[in-house]
Amino acid sequence: MTSLIGWRDQCFQILFVVAAAPLLAGWLQTVRALLQNRRSAGILQPYRDLFRLFHKETLIPEQSSWLFQFSPYVMFGAKIMAVAIVPIIANGLPLASAADVIALVGLLAVARIFQVLAAMDTGTAFGSYGAHREMLISALAEPALLAALFTASLLARSTSLVQIVHLSQIQLFSIHPSMVFAAIAFGFVLLVENARIPVDNPATHLELTMIHEAMVLEYSGRHLALLEWAAQLKLFLYMTIGFALFLPWGIAAKPSLTSLVIAAGLVLVKLFFAVVVLALIETLLAKKRLFRVPEFAITGFLFGVIGLLSHFMLGS
Amino acid sequence: MTAPDSEALSSMGQWQQILTAPPVWRVKVQAASWTSAALALRDQGGRLLGLWGEAGHENAFFYIHALGLGSTGYVWITLTVQSGEGQFPSLADIFPAASRMERALYDLTGIRATGNADTRPWLRHQCWPAGIFPLREGQLDGRSFGVDGDADYPFQLIDSVDVHQIPVGPVHAGTIEPGHFRFSCIGEQILRLEERLGYTHKGVERLFQDRDVFAGARLAGRISGDTTVGYAWAYSMAVESIARCEIPPRAAALRAVCLERERMANHLGDLAALGNDAGFAFCQSQFLFIRESLLRENQEIFGHRYLMDCIIPGGVAFDLNSAQIAAIQRNSESWQRTVQRLDLLLQEHSGLRDRLVGTGKIVPPRAAALGMAGLAGRASGQAWDLRVQFPHTPYQNLDVSIQLSQEGDVAARWQLRFREFYESLRLQTRLLMELPEGAVSTTIPESIPDGEGLGIVEAWRGEVFVALSVENARIKRCHPHDPSWTLWPVLEEAVLNDIVADFPLINKSFNLSYSGHDL
Repeated sequence: MTSLIGWRDQCFQILFVVAAAPLLAGWLQTVRALLQNRRSAGILQPYRDLFRLFHKETLIPEQSSWLFQFSPYVMFGAKIMAVAIVPIIANGLPLASAADVIALVGLLAVARIFQVLAAMDTGTAFGSYGAHREMLISALAEPALLAALFTASLLARSTSLVQIVHLSQIQLFSIHPSMVFAAIAFGFVLLVENARIPVDNPATHLELTMIHEAMVLEYSGRHLALLEWAAQLKLFLYMTIGFALFLPWGIAAKPSLTSLVIAAGLVLVKLFFAVVVLALIETLLAKKRLFRVPEFAITGFLFGVIGLLSHFMLGS
Repeated sequence: MTAPDSEALSSMGQWQQILTAPPVWRVKVQAASWTSAALALRDQGGRLLGLWGEAGHENAFFYIHALGLGSTGYVWITLTVQSGEGQFPSLADIFPAASRMERALYDLTGIRATGNADTRPWLRHQCWPAGIFPLREGQLDGRSFGVDGDADYPFQLIDSVDVHQIPVGPVHAGTIEPGHFRFSCIGEQILRLEERLGYTHKGVERLFQDRDVFAGARLAGRISGDTTVGYAWAYSMAVESIARCEIPPRAAALRAVCLERERMANHLGDLAALGNDAGFAFCQSQFLFIRESLLRENQEIFGHRYLMDCIIPGGVAFDLNSAQIAAIQRNSESWQRTVQRLDLLLQEHSGLRDRLVGTGKIVPPRAAALGMAGLAGRASGQAWDLRVQFPHTPYQNLDVSIQLSQEGDVAARWQLRFREFYESLRLQTRLLMELPEGAVSTTIPESIPDGEGLGIVEAWRGEVFVALSVENARIKRCHPHDPSWTLWPVLEEAVLNDIVADFPLINKSFNLSYSGHDL
């Protein structure tokens, strides 16, 4: 029976995250609008956008290969798999043992590689530029992410997210200096990987400055809807990985329906505040010059390394 | 004075002063004097503003007009070309900006500038056949031409396997005017940028022909929406110079109020747009907010958000009462405070400064060689401001102070917009405080005499001029000219030390007109 309950929780987590990801994007847009003295389109606007895109015609560039059509599904699928692995609402889910933090990073890398290949597949200048820039930056952000995750792994003596979350849940209020550095590193990576200001401008219409948007310029209809949804899932995922590592309070340890609902509610509360911080960053900072972005990513990596070092030096 | 104060120029022909403030002299020269006149202008530190053509009666002869600026005023030089010759000496070697104007001149009138190696079409996008010249007589009457698109325009490319091209536009991802930019790059580094404009060509010069001067005023106000006051005033000035009438002092002051408000609105809009291009949402929303309040005040008090049709030949089409003046003065005080606070705040914003400083640099010697003027010119140390050097009514009594910078980068153009905003606010306050009493317009007779006139004002981008010739109370030829003609080629040079991703920011710091250029 336990395994059945485990699968119930697993399905609940996946469905909850997939359904709530557009809400997160809507809340982010709303807070941004409020901070900029604008009237927002409403917190539900991303749902309306997805609905619209799913009902629009899907155009495929003549010169593109199967990669172009295949990639949106890979991107979306990889995000779903990642959502299944990470303890977002409940810990110790059946699929969680399928992958550890290294495999998680690898899963996200697969999605990226497909996106980059699909962007170059169309042969347009913008797609290629977006792809080149993406690789330039992610090559530096990925080690930073790994360094942050390894710091947590060293503490838990395991690369399994289940173990990491379990450990930090039993010693709730002990503060590890190494984890503070790791959290800073993770914050940098979150901004870089999700194409947020000061790295990339998700709201821009300027083709020549885009990174992420340039890669999806040629997409339309359901492909674009999947890509947008995948991007929203990615932001949700990064934020919840952050919670799992650094703020694991409330993640359901016991398989009961009440704790599941409480956990889901707590995740939303945490996201509520995390988004406000993100919107503040996005309103008050200007986008960096492109060649300063690697410095930004390297700073994140540096914090990750300091986290690792301080673990060895202080033993915690 | 009957001739500009220069020996080389005054000996050239029969000079005639057609406007006193700003001073504009007119001369008709022979082919031999054409090039030497341009050289004389350049030697005295002058520059070329515009070059345009005109077809004579039954296409038997053509006029080639040039407007230049010498040390003592503007000179309008006209060369007559017989139909058999069909060519005139190019000025592109003396004034680089002439090259595109000569290409456009050929597209419209079929007269080739000899010595200009670039004979590619400029405004003609294969929308009309190569042998058709729209400004000649009897070329268009009732005929329509198929639009083939612009497929085989030969760009100047760098021939190397390492260099790749980025074609940008004319359709962009945002709602902006159409223009094509062709980058040749190695990685992010820009090796060459070539512009292709003319996508908004709508035959404005042809539309002017055979209209009466009042209908022409409405058209002039619609050439470029962001400079409607500038064009309307320049056009009206040209009409008034032909009709030889003086506008009432109150009308002149109200026109200046409009012009300064247009300058402020555009500068605020550009500051917001620069913030947006730097990905700085706070900056964008703050400036858009102030700009919107200014535009709404325009709507409320002047009757139009962009002040379209506020200026008419003979004066202005509105009047202000004391309550309205008080309202404007109150608001401008609050804008002054807000913008100053933002100015200080943003000077300290390291992220924004990092984007602006050193980007898109044009050093003053290059700016002088390229003939830069207007806001972008002043940001590169070119001290040209019509309101300061040749002040016309009401600017003589206002002591306009010229705003200059030597840096020539995006940050300089950014900062200059602030300083010009403050100066425009000061001018507006002073104009409204000392607003003369009396009528706001004088009557231009329906039967306006035949003749040629020119109007020129310092609009927000730079000098906008309108050259007008009237025959039998109808417009025979009207050439409106935007400073963007000279500044577009500068943009190609400004990006050369920067990377592809910084182009939008540099482009926006110039914010040149497409519609005013393509006509």
